[in-house]
Amino acid sequence: MFGAAIAYGLSRAGVDTLMLDGHDNNLRAARGNFGLVWVQSKGKGLQRYADWSRESACLWSGFAEELTDITGVSIAHRNDGGMMLLLGDEEVEKRKLEIAEMSKQSGATGYDCEIITHADIQAYFPDIKLGKAVTGASFCPHDGDVNPLKLLRAMHSGFVNSGGRYKSRCTVNTIDHANGVFTANTQEGQFLAPKIVLAAGHGISQLAESVGIDAPIRPQRGQVLITERIQQVLPMPLNSVRQTDEGGFQFGNSEEDIGFDDGTSLDVVQNIALRAVQSFPQLSTVRLVRNWGCVRVLTPDKCAIYEESISHPGAYVATSHSGVTLAAINARLVSKWIATGEQPTDFNHFSASRFHVQAT
Amino acid sequence: MFRRHDKSSQAKGDNVTIYFEDVPIICKPTDSVAAAVLLSDPGYTRRTPVTKAPRAPYCMMGTCFECLMDINGVENQQACMVPVRDGMKVRRQNGVPILPGDSKEPGND
Amino acid sequence: MTEPADLIVIGAGPAGLAAASLASKHNLSVLLLDEQAAPGGQIYRNIEHNITHESETCAILGAEYAYGAALAETCRASDVTYTPGATVWRIDPDGSVAYSVNGAAHTAKGRRIILATGALERPVPIPGWTLPGVMTAGAAQTLLKASAMLPSGRVVVAGTGPLAMLVTLQLIDAGADIAALLETTRKRDYFSNAMLLPGAMAGQDYLRRGMAMRRAIRASGVPIYGGVTELEARGDGQVSSVRGRSGGERLTFEIDTLLVHDGVVPNIQATRQVGCEHEWYEPQRYWRPVRDSWGTTSIDTITVAGDGAGISGARAAEYLGQLAALDAAYRLDKISMADRDSAARPIRSAMQPHTAIRPLLDGVFTPSFTTPHGDDTIVCRCEEVTAGEIRTAVAQGVMGPNQIKSFTRCGMGPCQGRNCGLTVAELIADVQGVPVSDVGYFRLRPPIKPVTLGELAAMDLSETDS
Repeated sequence: MFGAAIAYGLSRAGVDTLMLDGHDNNLRAARGNFGLVWVQSKGKGLQRYADWSRESACLWSGFAEELTDITGVSIAHRNDGGMMLLLGDEEVEKRKLEIAEMSKQSGATGYDCEIITHADIQAYFPDIKLGKAVTGASFCPHDGDVNPLKLLRAMHSGFVNSGGRYKSRCTVNTIDHANGVFTANTQEGQFLAPKIVLAAGHGISQLAESVGIDAPIRPQRGQVLITERIQQVLPMPLNSVRQTDEGGFQFGNSEEDIGFDDGTSLDVVQNIALRAVQSFPQLSTVRLVRNWGCVRVLTPDKCAIYEESISHPGAYVATSHSGVTLAAINARLVSKWIATGEQPTDFNHFSASRFHVQAT
Repeated sequence: MFRRHDKSSQAKGDNVTIYFEDVPIICKPTDSVAAAVLLSDPGYTRRTPVTKAPRAPYCMMGTCFECLMDINGVENQQACMVPVRDGMKVRRQNGVPILPGDSKEPGND
Repeated sequence: MTEPADLIVIGAGPAGLAAASLASKHNLSVLLLDEQAAPGGQIYRNIEHNITHESETCAILGAEYAYGAALAETCRASDVTYTPGATVWRIDPDGSVAYSVNGAAHTAKGRRIILATGALERPVPIPGWTLPGVMTAGAAQTLLKASAMLPSGRVVVAGTGPLAMLVTLQLIDAGADIAALLETTRKRDYFSNAMLLPGAMAGQDYLRRGMAMRRAIRASGVPIYGGVTELEARGDGQVSSVRGRSGGERLTFEIDTLLVHDGVVPNIQATRQVGCEHEWYEPQRYWRPVRDSWGTTSIDTITVAGDGAGISGARAAEYLGQLAALDAAYRLDKISMADRDSAARPIRSAMQPHTAIRPLLDGVFTPSFTTPHGDDTIVCRCEEVTAGEIRTAVAQGVMGPNQIKSFTRCGMGPCQGRNCGLTVAELIADVQGVPVSDVGYFRLRPPIKPVTLGELAAMDLSETDS
């Protein structure tokens, strides 16, 4: 998702770009993406990232329109806000505390997120009954969602239409650097360029090391459930439930530290299903049709890493697990940074060197 | 579309009545809903979610998912896998199913 | 079930019935799960009812069908715990199985699992194949077996494979109005392969029976057209005619029902979901699980038997089920290796004539419809994705079936690729100019069949002790 957005932005700006992709069965985090354009949960501990996410959300509508205009592919972007459903009083109290913390952290910028009641939530969803177990939600007007597969396809299409070149089955195994030129070594041959962007998700740490950047990422599994199609009843995404534009209900948001296993497990699936029917009892007769695991690309503080190598200028790393939320800003500002060197404000906050500093 | 074959024990055992689009069909207890509906020459049995194209059962063994029908108010059931029961109300499915009505909350423990 | 069973058998066709019965005889505790309401799988569908109540239907279906009654009876008489109406939707390598019966989801655990999920029809992506009134030849035979029914109007049977001929004859016998049998079998395949069999009498015997069937079809007044190409179903809202070309002749038949058939392929949904390795079988262009001579897959606790392991027919399925049961008994320390091997010997001998004809059958009845010619032909019935859309995506650089799925939604529908997976792989191979075996297949995820959220939420996971 990161790679496609940056590549799209680069080729739209006229930069000659070659995108090297892996194999059909690779651990593709982009395929597991929930599709949320999410702000309210971002940036605890790193305000610059909270702002970055919000900036991206604001750029998103324009970005979506542009994609649809260029490619003819509608990506079903919604930007009318989103909620985190809270079940039981404990969850409400916990969320209130989090909101207070984020408000404090954000200072003057503010943190646009408020707790709303069961009745408020039901008013947003006239066509589906809210379960008694739901005690409230935190609502953020900047949140939204998009069809992640259509997004990927549109960016890919836009990239190719603007002259970008795409090669599949071309996993980059190693990178060499000499005389200002990077050589990407793949099984399909070698590819040379003065600049190289590592947005390889799970492939990134080793490659980054070879060009002098430390990009510590760890895998974290999330399991996703999707149901059969149902007529549209959920006009707004929730952090763990959304109804896709095709009509299926998508559930997720589990977190497991289980390495690179993209399988599934019944206990987690049951927990997700239970929460789903507690939130919306009418879903109990709706059928699950797919269940998969997807391995997130997590940085140590869950915030993005953007960095240009000091030892190997021209080599960049860009990664985060929020590829969809950041697609807009990646396409606009990150591609510009790579193409022209123009850094967004306070961009150094995203350097991986922040992980080498002792926590204060 | 389909009928009992000439040499079948026709009258014997045809003692179940189901309703397809409110029209009664006399069938056997060993019939699947899809088979019974085919006795009535339905033309088509659902319209697809994507383009509303008309479809009817294709494989009769539970692998094609074309025979999805509304049986007693519950949509998306593979009719070829559901045995008929007296009084069943079967309807064609029209595109994307609606959200099923109110149901009890789980966790009655 | 509170304790793990020794053996869980999934599928109550000939392989599953034979495996369950023999395993039980060797003192294994066996749980047999099958999604139909009665035993027999597809080949012996509804056998118990028909044997008792439908003698006329049995006569039409012949002795080979009636044979299945004994398999069902043996299983019923055994100590096997047989659960009909059980839809298995998830299998794990540790022997856990999740299934639903009567709207409630359960889990069970076996020390070993035998998958006997049989075959399904190869997809037949011809123009118009999604029209109401177009069905598989197998579907017509199932309606005959399960409901003593046959098509009421004019019928054409089209395609290739032994079943196409057999169903034509059975329907004629039942009183159907068959306008023609359109065989897409390539004439050169018939002749070149007839010479093939190195002294296997079984093959020549089979050919003789095949010839006799064709004579009987013709004698009843139904013409057989050979080497048919450009098959197309036409109609407005439902099928009303079928077109094709045979030799230089253009054919058109006005019909109410078109029965298509392009052979059967192993049903690999379960084996793929649990993660077994598969290999490509080129003569019949399908994927089958990698297995040893007892049926053990790449996952040591999981064995396959019957057509689900590779198409070999009902009789071979029964023997393969028995071999799998013997191996399970040995691995679970009920019998010694020597006893297993000596018991297996006569089974392998009995099976031999049934497997010896396979090269002949596979060579004669090569698949006809693997790659749709037109761009408008629907490949993915569920999501209505056409051959053209897939070709375009591949040309744009989308290389594998899973990426095709992400890009076009092909394979994301309820059938999980059962009716498009092979076609997609063939199309990708065709556009890229690579062997299909290199292309791969959809990554299949649970649930194998849909299950409601309510069932999932209410499931008692402590049913199986881990």
